[in-house]
Amino acid sequence: MYQYDQYDQQLLDERVAQFRNQMRRHLAGELSDDEFRPLRLQNGLYIQRHAPMYRISVPYGLLSSRQLRKLAHLARTYDRGYAHFTTRTNVQFNWPKLEDVPDMLAELASVQMHSNQTSGNDIRNITADPFAGVAADEIVDPRPWTEILRQWSTYNPEFAYLPRKFKIAVNGALEDRVVLRVYDIGLDFGRDAAGNIGFRVLVGGGLGRTPILGEEIAEFVPWQHLVTYCEAILRVYNRHGRRDNIWKARIKILVKALGVAEFRRQVEAEWAHAKDGPDTLTEDEVARVAAHFVDPDYATLAGDDLGYRHELAGNKAFAAWAKRNVRAHKVPGYASVTLSLKKTGTPPGDITAEQMDLVADWADRYSFGEARMTHEQNVVLADVRQSDLHALWQLARAAGLATPNIGLLTDIICCPGGDFCSLANAKSIPIAQAVQARFDDLDYLHDIGEIDINISGCMNACGHHHVGNIGILGVDKNGEEWYQVTIGGQQGNATALGKVIGPSFARADMADVVEKLINTYIEHRHADERFVDTVRRIGIEPFKQRVYGSEHPAAQRKVANA
Amino acid sequence: MPKLIKNGRVVSDDRTLLTLAEGETPAEVAVPAGPVLVPLPVWLARREELAARAAAGELGVWLDAGEDPAALAGDLAQLAVIAVNFPKFTDGRGYSSATLLRTRLGYTGELRAIGVVLRDQFNYLTRCGFDALQPPADRYSDAELEAAVASIHDFSEPYQGAVTPGQPLFRRARRAA
Repeated sequence: MYQYDQYDQQLLDERVAQFRNQMRRHLAGELSDDEFRPLRLQNGLYIQRHAPMYRISVPYGLLSSRQLRKLAHLARTYDRGYAHFTTRTNVQFNWPKLEDVPDMLAELASVQMHSNQTSGNDIRNITADPFAGVAADEIVDPRPWTEILRQWSTYNPEFAYLPRKFKIAVNGALEDRVVLRVYDIGLDFGRDAAGNIGFRVLVGGGLGRTPILGEEIAEFVPWQHLVTYCEAILRVYNRHGRRDNIWKARIKILVKALGVAEFRRQVEAEWAHAKDGPDTLTEDEVARVAAHFVDPDYATLAGDDLGYRHELAGNKAFAAWAKRNVRAHKVPGYASVTLSLKKTGTPPGDITAEQMDLVADWADRYSFGEARMTHEQNVVLADVRQSDLHALWQLARAAGLATPNIGLLTDIICCPGGDFCSLANAKSIPIAQAVQARFDDLDYLHDIGEIDINISGCMNACGHHHVGNIGILGVDKNGEEWYQVTIGGQQGNATALGKVIGPSFARADMADVVEKLINTYIEHRHADERFVDTVRRIGIEPFKQRVYGSEHPAAQRKVANA
Repeated sequence: MPKLIKNGRVVSDDRTLLTLAEGETPAEVAVPAGPVLVPLPVWLARREELAARAAAGELGVWLDAGEDPAALAGDLAQLAVIAVNFPKFTDGRGYSSATLLRTRLGYTGELRAIGVVLRDQFNYLTRCGFDALQPPADRYSDAELEAAVASIHDFSEPYQGAVTPGQPLFRRARRAA
């Protein structure tokens, strides 16, 4: 993974000093709450429901074992012994003290980590394919390009006070594993007919109150222009994006208002000035960054490991785990393992300090010292020998990290919701737990098959509910918590937004509602048909009928803040 | 006398800022004598009348956050001072205005940040080409303003090419592989 040189480290050390100074002036009354707010947000510090919330960046989800141990240390020293992994590959601490945060940042800086621009109206942490470098369908490794963009966006002086937050995702494989079309900019790397690297540009996607899928504005831009092209988009947005209404300030609204063709014309006109200018990437710089992402020192193995095959045949529990949590690897004899943070009874994405230390140990022992976070809020050990899988499974099982549910109903994507977040309209974790408790039979889970349930506690959509096969959104009605349900959303190459099935539900009804949706699917599905494909084929009406029964309303009742 | 930071030093400044009050029009508003910054619409309406004062360095133009710097493209050689207003410090349009004035339009005179300009923006402002930083008159004591100068240098070797420095780090430095 990328290792800082003296320049990276100096910049980060200067950031620590800057933020320490800002915190000191704030505590001394020299910086008002209003003046301090955008500064603390650009350093990932929120003032939350119970305490400050501190959001740490994990650029494109990559973590070294040393960094994991530092996170464990922070959890123990400054928090309550655990952390939350988010859908944007950030790490959140929910109980730090305000005045401790500069010290936490300094500790992070000692292991080349930070909380740069994890909130605020700036360019946020950039996400990339969690299986970068090991996926068989990869065309271009997204990591060097993402790191180049990380450096360009970090402390970028022109784009720190945008109309609204700005999120970029990078993919470089046949399968879209980052949900490109829900990002402000989605960059899809590939090669042209001559084999040259370049990228397709999608702009104007986003979830939130007005979910919109991004549209293509460039089919193939050669790699040299990565920074200048992004800069042109950002400048058009910074100058012309709406600033009068926070709900209309994302770039998607500007793209919609102008139309894609006009937006593209403005970007191209802006880009014409910067193209081939100083920010044009050089082969030397790309090679320098890419050298940090070469393959680890894989052993030459004959192919599938016989001991592994033997354990699979003889151990049903191990085989169930391998089926869901182990992925094929491009190198013979290796596999990628997903450690599940979705054990029933634990808030999705939460991980204890002890677990982080253990994952660090396993990374060192089995996976070249690295781990990856996924936007589904799990952890991947990407480079494990097949011959080590059984041992790793036993260790993970003892630590509560081997729930064999990756991609299944209980692998729920969920924001912290009203238990922690001051923006939330409703709690989300109890819904996840009620659904997980209802579907606790493993054989039944495997029979239901692949399904994404996404839960957000408000329309900011941190749980990406619009793209869940079943999406659950917490809404506030007259001070009470209600839940609106969508079905048919999907991520991946066929990314789609779900449709609302009808009026919202009380919390106590939610497990029943999900069960009725699943039963409807079971009754209608064809062999080997996934939930979302059944919804696609038969439409939402049969699901509505089942859920609402005779009370099925003629017209959907609109929820005010949905 | 009010103070501002010019090229990294605290200096006195007595330039008045003309704003249009309710009912005043660009064509008719009285332009004060002495050093002054006039709003863009006043300049555009009365360019010929004001040209001599601009050429003498006495009169400059201020752009509001949403105003297009290209409106001044033909006038840059005669303007010794252009200011860009930050109505809120979270309104970042002025950073792009300054970048365009310096890089696209080639403006080389004084470029002044006015409005809600605070020390925590100084580094980004100067990197986008501002050489004069004018916080609200009552925001900082003299001592605080002197101390605030240090914020200009919060980051010594930034990653990006901007106005200053113009080249990105990978072109300025030989970085370790």
